Amino acid sequence: MTRGYEISHLLAGAMLVTSFALLYQERIAAVLKTFAAQSITLALAVAWAASSQDRPELFITSLIALCLKGIVIPVALHRTVVKLGIHREVEKVVGVGIALLVGLALTGLAQALLLKVAQGTASHAREDLALALAIILLGFLMMIVRRNAVTQVVGFMSMENGLILAATGARGMPLVVEVSVAFSVLIALFVFAVFVFRIRERFDTIDIEALDRMRGDTR
Amino acid sequence: MHTYQIVVLVPYAAALGLAAIPGYRSGAIVNVLASAVTLAAGLWLIGEERTVGPYAIVDEFNVVFIAINTLVGFTTSIFSASYIGHEIKTGRLPPGFVRFYHAMFQAMMGSMNVALVANNIGLIWVGLELATLITVVMVGLYRTPQSIEAAWKYFILASVGISLAFFGTILIYLAGQPALGEGVPAMTWSLLQGVAARMDPAILDLAFIFLLIGYGTKIGLAPLHAWLPDAHAEGPTPISAVLSGLLLNVALYALLRFKMLIAGQPAALDPGPVMIVMGLVSLVFAAFMLYQRRDIKRLFAYSSIEHMGLMVFAFGMGGPLANFAGLLHMVMHSLTKSGIFFAVGHVAQAKGTQRIAEITGLSETHPRLAVAFALAVLAISGMPPFGVFASEFLILTTTFAREPWLALLPAFGLLVGFGALLMRLQNTILGKPTGPSHRVDGSSVPIVLHLALVLAAGIFLPAVLVAWFQRAAELLG
Repeated sequence: MTRGYEISHLLAGAMLVTSFALLYQERIAAVLKTFAAQSITLALAVAWAASSQDRPELFITSLIALCLKGIVIPVALHRTVVKLGIHREVEKVVGVGIALLVGLALTGLAQALLLKVAQGTASHAREDLALALAIILLGFLMMIVRRNAVTQVVGFMSMENGLILAATGARGMPLVVEVSVAFSVLIALFVFAVFVFRIRERFDTIDIEALDRMRGDTR
Repeated sequence: MHTYQIVVLVPYAAALGLAAIPGYRSGAIVNVLASAVTLAAGLWLIGEERTVGPYAIVDEFNVVFIAINTLVGFTTSIFSASYIGHEIKTGRLPPGFVRFYHAMFQAMMGSMNVALVANNIGLIWVGLELATLITVVMVGLYRTPQSIEAAWKYFILASVGISLAFFGTILIYLAGQPALGEGVPAMTWSLLQGVAARMDPAILDLAFIFLLIGYGTKIGLAPLHAWLPDAHAEGPTPISAVLSGLLLNVALYALLRFKMLIAGQPAALDPGPVMIVMGLVSLVFAAFMLYQRRDIKRLFAYSSIEHMGLMVFAFGMGGPLANFAGLLHMVMHSLTKSGIFFAVGHVAQAKGTQRIAEITGLSETHPRLAVAFALAVLAISGMPPFGVFASEFLILTTTFAREPWLALLPAFGLLVGFGALLMRLQNTILGKPTGPSHRVDGSSVPIVLHLALVLAAGIFLPAVLVAWFQRAAELLG
């Protein structure tokens, strides 16, 4: 039984490592590859939860994470970036060093909060939850410190990965896993189709800063 | 079939139907009819028996929200019929988009109603998120650089809110698990409330923080409000009306449901003081921000932040009287603010701009519109005899009775906001008319209806209504 928890912790920990890796990538292609790696790890973690908690329906979640977030979205985003020939490099609001330090602090905060707070729940659940919260916060951080539209979307999807990990860690949580997967599909498609193309169409760039110049109130 | 199922299913069915209706005119008619049926069901629900099922709940508290939701949804559909017609005529909106617009409007109403009747904390989240995502698309509808920027900002901030609120929901589920076991019961709101006293207070504390930040983003509480003014200013005006009048309420509703839950565990953190602080910060901040607005829809968006802040403050104070005042203020604000957006929609179409400086002298060029607009502005700035005055007065007096010093802050914020609205809008109504001026042929029924309701509520609140609101306020604790 303890081996089961060790494997799920290992996978969650691996996801956390990819979250950190997302923060220091220099090129968009590398960001997308790292995100794909994170999603594939998520698929493994969910599959492991499905077999160890004996909830076969979670295999669907795992499969969707693998196919969609692990393969389809990264490949499609990568093609778009190459085809449009825009911004091969990631634009940073703060440097890698500071981003990583803040990331470390957030991870520490997540561990401290949940390990201290959730003492009533079974220990494995709260450890998984602490890792998931760290992944969510790092995704959030990535959305803040990376300015490009593609990297912001990746930051958000990484947050979503953390959420799914948290939801599968909460034993027996009904319906929500499927729904949240459906949402990530929806959001991903939506972001992809509507925003990336429309922004490109209007600005010839997907740099968010270009948008900031158009603030309605200073017209 | 229960009435609450009609409230949810009719909008969704209408959305499917509207997606297939190509014409603007027939689409608008179906839109109004569907909203009328939903309104009828929503009002019928008031008199019906209260039910608690595994997935749905109808109690005194959410009936208030459902009634106001379906009512404003109906009047907005009437306003939208003439407004969108004008947008197509002037070529701002391609006709092909109308089908999409109508379908999305109904889907949004349906999703909000899902969140309001849901007895499952996961379903509340799903409904609110669906409604939010739909409004994101609607805000970007015009495809101008500004509207895309607004939609992007809204999307980014809303999705962060989505994630944090969902994490809070997972934590509540974990807190309920020891008492209710795994599966659906631990996500059912009414069952969770029953076992609140046995939940781990530390998890509840943490969950409430996530829920407050997550749903607080949707309520538009400062400093999480950055999306709100842009989203209001750049989308079609019917959507601004629904955003301010309804979607903010639904987010507030979700937060209040969790407040009720957490109140059941005395050892957990008291949500009251946190909500008081966030409400006051939003109120005072938004009141000052009103002075610098140049865009008329942005101005009223900040005014919405101000009023949502006041409501959160009132609910944070708690107790039967403050809750009553908060509920009353929510209803009054919904009616008045959506009425204002109807008027602003006509004003913007009359003058061809949303810039306050270029909207001048409406009393000369469009006297009837000017009167309606002026009355609505007086109502929202809390002038007697309108209903907003009554609810604001009640909030201030109850606060004064309990914490005299604390009452000074909201009173100050409201005064500042009042001055700003007067200063910014005087010229639009009384000044010398300049610039282009077009005829407005939109329906005035929605504005008149809303103003009449707010005025009636300010002059005389029927005892039945008072008793109903008191029961709802008591549930809030």
